Amino acid sequence: MTMSMPELETGAAVQPITKVNIIISKGSLEGIYPGLIMANGARMEGIEANVFFTFFGMEAVLKGKNEHIKVATVGNPGLHIPTMLGGLPGMSSMVTHMMQKKMETLDIPPIDEFVQLIADSGAMLYACKASVDMFDLKQEDFVDAVDSIITVGDFYQMAGGEGSHIIFT
Amino acid sequence: MPTMTLNDAVLELDAEGFLADANQWNEGVAEAIARENGIPVLTEDHWKVIRYMRDTWFASGQAPTIRSLGKESGVDVKTLYKLFPKGPAKLAAKIAGIPKPHGCI
Repeated sequence: MTMSMPELETGAAVQPITKVNIIISKGSLEGIYPGLIMANGARMEGIEANVFFTFFGMEAVLKGKNEHIKVATVGNPGLHIPTMLGGLPGMSSMVTHMMQKKMETLDIPPIDEFVQLIADSGAMLYACKASVDMFDLKQEDFVDAVDSIITVGDFYQMAGGEGSHIIFT
Repeated sequence: MPTMTLNDAVLELDAEGFLADANQWNEGVAEAIARENGIPVLTEDHWKVIRYMRDTWFASGQAPTIRSLGKESGVDVKTLYKLFPKGPAKLAAKIAGIPKPHGCI
């Protein structure tokens, strides 16, 4: 049983992706899920994955916060809700609730559960040192799935290697 | 179409080495695919996952999600990745003789 590598038109073999290093920088529901889905998808394919949470992306891995992440209903033209309406009280909760219901039917876990699942799958999760300092946080503020707090330099170092890619979300 | 031969039976495969017909699968086929992919012996935990994947696929036409595998196959997510280091999408589905999962989750 042999599996042939996909080929470019030039005939050169495509270098497979062996590792992804995903940066999650936004704290809204729609800002966090794509990075988590890509990290989980990488592990399911046997690709190594590091996830680096920075700025408001840290909301995804902060204790007491990651169960309450909402869709941004203001400044989000893709939702097609007029900005003035999007800012009404309860709007963000309502849209979030609708989206969560749909995701449940697709078996997409809530963010807190998804983060733990990704850690269990062997991906490594890190918080950004600069952001941690800026928001006066400590390792204990993060869920157990977060391995450690690392610098940008550490991140680039671990992102090295052939077939390794950095994905910013 | 690529094929694999096992005990004189010729099995058709897709381009990535997944069985073309899940009904051609049997335990011997699973063991042969596992060996070729670096798993010399299938343990009881491997079989739990393989059976769950096949049951789900035959019942719904889709491979199980990682979440349901972790909750319902009888093997937790950590163990699942130890059993199938190349991941449930690639390796467990291949050994279970079902098509490569098309879902993202």
